[in-house]
Amino acid sequence: MSIDKQTVKKIASLSRIAITDAEADAFVPELNQILGWVEQLGEVDCSKVEPMTAVIANKLRLRDDVVTDGEIRDRILANAPMADHGFFAVPKVIE
Amino acid sequence: MTEIFELGIAGIRSGIDAGDFTAKQVAETFIARVAAAKPLNAFLVETPDHALAAAEATDQAKANGETLGRMAGVPIGMKDLFCTEGVETTAASGILKGFVPQYESTVSSNLFRAGAGMLGKLNMDQFAMGSSNETSAFGNVISPWRRNDGGNSDLTPGGSSGGSAAVVSGRIAPAATGTDTGGSIRQPAAFTGITGFKPTYGRCSRWGTIAFASSLDQAGPMAHDVRDCAIMLEAMAGFDAKDSTSLNLPVPDWEAALNSNLAGKKIGIPKEYRVENMPAEIDALWQKGIEMLKEAGATIVDVSLPHTKYALPAYYIIAPAEASSNLSRYDGVRYGLRDLPDGAGLQDMYAATREAGFGPEVKRRIMIGTYVLSAGYYDAYYTQAQKVRTLISQDFDKAWNSCDLLLTPTAPSAAFGLGEKSDDPLAMYLNDVFTVPSSLAGLPAMSVPAGLDGKGLPLGLQIIGKALDEQSVFNAGLAIEERAGFVAKPEQWW
Amino acid sequence: MTESTYRIQGGTGEWEVVIGLEVHAQITSESKLFSGASTEFGAEPNTQVSLVDAAMPGMLPTLNGECVRQAVRTGLAINAQINKYSRFDRKNYFYADLPQGYQISQLYHPIVGEGVIQISLNEKDPDAHGKAIGVERIHIEQDAGKLMHDQHPTMSYVDLNRCGVALMEIVSKPDMTSPKEAAAYVRKLRSILRYVGSCDGNMEQGSMRADVNVSVRKPGGELGTRTETKNVNSMRFIQQVIEYEAQRQVDLIEDGGTVVQETRLFDPDKNETRSMRSKEDAHDYRYFPDPDLLPLELDDDFIFDCKASLPELPDEKRARYKNVLGLSPYNAAVLTAEHETALWFEQLLDISDEPEKIASSAANWVTSELFGALNRMGVGIENSPVSPAQAAELLSLVADGTISGKIAKQVFEIMLETGDGAKKIVEEQGLVQESDTGAIEKVIAEVMAANEDKVAQYRDGKDKLFGFFVGQTMKAMQGKANPQVVN
Ligand SMILES: [Mg+2]
Ligand SMILES: [Zn+2]
Repeated sequence: MSIDKQTVKKIASLSRIAITDAEADAFVPELNQILGWVEQLGEVDCSKVEPMTAVIANKLRLRDDVVTDGEIRDRILANAPMADHGFFAVPKVIE
Repeated sequence: MTEIFELGIAGIRSGIDAGDFTAKQVAETFIARVAAAKPLNAFLVETPDHALAAAEATDQAKANGETLGRMAGVPIGMKDLFCTEGVETTAASGILKGFVPQYESTVSSNLFRAGAGMLGKLNMDQFAMGSSNETSAFGNVISPWRRNDGGNSDLTPGGSSGGSAAVVSGRIAPAATGTDTGGSIRQPAAFTGITGFKPTYGRCSRWGTIAFASSLDQAGPMAHDVRDCAIMLEAMAGFDAKDSTSLNLPVPDWEAALNSNLAGKKIGIPKEYRVENMPAEIDALWQKGIEMLKEAGATIVDVSLPHTKYALPAYYIIAPAEASSNLSRYDGVRYGLRDLPDGAGLQDMYAATREAGFGPEVKRRIMIGTYVLSAGYYDAYYTQAQKVRTLISQDFDKAWNSCDLLLTPTAPSAAFGLGEKSDDPLAMYLNDVFTVPSSLAGLPAMSVPAGLDGKGLPLGLQIIGKALDEQSVFNAGLAIEERAGFVAKPEQWW
Repeated sequence: MTESTYRIQGGTGEWEVVIGLEVHAQITSESKLFSGASTEFGAEPNTQVSLVDAAMPGMLPTLNGECVRQAVRTGLAINAQINKYSRFDRKNYFYADLPQGYQISQLYHPIVGEGVIQISLNEKDPDAHGKAIGVERIHIEQDAGKLMHDQHPTMSYVDLNRCGVALMEIVSKPDMTSPKEAAAYVRKLRSILRYVGSCDGNMEQGSMRADVNVSVRKPGGELGTRTETKNVNSMRFIQQVIEYEAQRQVDLIEDGGTVVQETRLFDPDKNETRSMRSKEDAHDYRYFPDPDLLPLELDDDFIFDCKASLPELPDEKRARYKNVLGLSPYNAAVLTAEHETALWFEQLLDISDEPEKIASSAANWVTSELFGALNRMGVGIENSPVSPAQAAELLSLVADGTISGKIAKQVFEIMLETGDGAKKIVEEQGLVQESDTGAIEKVIAEVMAANEDKVAQYRDGKDKLFGFFVGQTMKAMQGKANPQVVN
């Protein structure tokens, strides 16, 4: 599966990374080289293999339903590029 | 008597116990070493006050006759992937410039509780994505090592834990934390002639460690020798309910059980690791290692890990896939960089911020990860890679039927020159060919310095163990360490 | 429900509507699905946010066991298959109310599989016009934060208090064909959730909201392209969305257009839906298993305990009220629709040692007298000024003939005002029914004396006049005479 410039632009947009036309052009051969290389995995017969889920045998633990956190707004907002009236602020969104 | 700065964790511990020097003297010694090491560009932030405060606490505790923690009086370097409360943490990325965590990572707080102090935050490959430290947004680290050809060309300390490797090998810090996703502790340790240990996945909590690839990331120690690694890992490891993948097991007393007599141990030599065009020196070192382990009483057996050649491609699907999602939170809304062009909407702000904040390698991996997860390709890439990962893990399980440990080279080459591979991603990825398979299987593995190449650069051997059997890995490492007699240190040119 | 078949009359003939609902129900829990922050409604912005909810670097999710338990109990309540193995997946998209850049949900392996919910359009006789609506699955997922657009001219504000609150997404099959059916489905689902206690069903506070999937087709034809109208938060709105979307799609198709599969937003003020611009990547969420969480594995004991902890559910209760207590289908349905009502009614019965005897009269009294009064006062049954015990006392006075049904109405009114018990009121106000034969005969004699002409006609065989004398007697005694004795 070799990808073209349009695909590169779609991936960049899905990734929310702005790229110029030139950058898109540069990405095409680069990504194709890497993808071409990883596609050798296709050679491996995995018809009877389950995908790995937990690398080391381990069970998902269930937490008790108690309030142990929160009430730390100052720490939550401490690094905000823009905070106002206790909210994070972002450019206006039209839904 | 040896200079304080020549000492590692155990040396500092016994010196303080014996009263040869105070923890404060140790801290001041290394703070001075850090100040003098600017040319290496190893530190992103220096925190002398933290190191001093911890040292004073240790001296006070000793004066009060309290029993000291495992790391008492040891000032360490902290890889910048660990969030440290009140100290800027960026993962060497522009997108986190100015981010000051309001919390302390579990691993760093474990170390501080054990009495360690912090000299500063260490440079690294951006978001731990790289094998040469050249992807840092704040300039690459320069290795203390130089080739003996008199060329004085700058070499890489390896990556991603390059800052950690540089300061430990340069005796600028007695020990440092590292993280290993596909070899980021072991490869730089090998490149700089120090000892680096990646424990079983789940031994060290990931809470508060900036995520690269969640199913692979593991923290570990980088130090002078095997004993120091054992001491430091005991302090770092432990169950943490805040990490769902943390193993609920007691931390063994690895140091106390160190024993280099390998009588009865079987060491497997995986034939698939004899990759074509492997430098003769590496092959020779591997043979040397085999002899040393025989000497220590181990028997050597040939084993096969048939899917080894597929480990790297599988890794370069799984790691970028997880990374592309893990790095979505860097969006300029709650912390870090925000790039808001005039009249830009929310989605434009995301794209501009991430374009400005991420380096080329990070973008490359996010793009690959996004692509392999995207509609129509998920099964062909991601699911297939996770199935191959199962096969790779089963290869190890089968090998354990005939041996207890595996011995391999750590890296396919010695340290290379800065810039030599930075424009060829694939060539760079191949650095991890020997370290990635054990990462995919979550197994404990370490790199021990075992010799020098013709240009006077360190080479390392890797020991891989069964899940949770760190002890055997430490013991085999110790057997090599005792026999290799590796004493080479970089000339101080900085 | 043929008699209620719903059709859109288009220029090209009749159109059938196909409806599927994805109901998001907030799981009742103290803390969030993956963090220890509180779920309390209406707190100051960003005060119920943990470092995990804000997706700070290096933060990791830990699963709340109570949310798992409630999802399993809900699944068992709709006879659904419980999956002992389930997984959490990441749904990746960028939005300001989603700090992680992904929602932790369950796509590939949901915790609950197929189940069924019985609905009815006919309150009078639910069984006669029932319909089974299939439930495709129930999965657990995180709620998102809230965006406020009206606080600042150029900025939107982000509040993460809701972010990470546990939701069950209950996905129906496209089995509904009219706004009424959809409403009945949501009403029944809400009732079940409240019986189970896994969700408070409070739609005003957003504890329950529906994504409404609508498509149209010629009756019996191929399924059409559907649209999904998100986060509709009232029974009425759900029906309006269906009516509007069905009509819009029919007009669109008949004007030669085609329906595009998209997510839409309902505007209650304009009573219309419009395309949602903020969900551009809806087609490519790049789902994959969350590597921060392990597979969720449930054992038999866990599931057994969940089942053992379930209360009697609405359908079983309604059947029991009909078959064991002998209530009318209507009363059985009305009394079991809300858990509180059923509990109140059962407390009332508990006071009698032969509940079956008084059940029907008690049911009539609750559905007429009590409901009437509560409606007038505008309070729910849980806040009724008259307790089940007090009601039982009142009804027993009627049963043993101490007062007549007519007097009981007066006594009940006084109980509502004063809060006094029925016996006390009856004694104080001397409302006890007169059964002393002597006293009654005396009055009858007076009545007959005053109506000698009628007495004569009666004696001539005008039997109908008997009732007249009884009435006159009761009147003379202000209804306190025991009718049996009078006769
Ligand atoms: Mg939906
Ligand atoms: Zn949902």
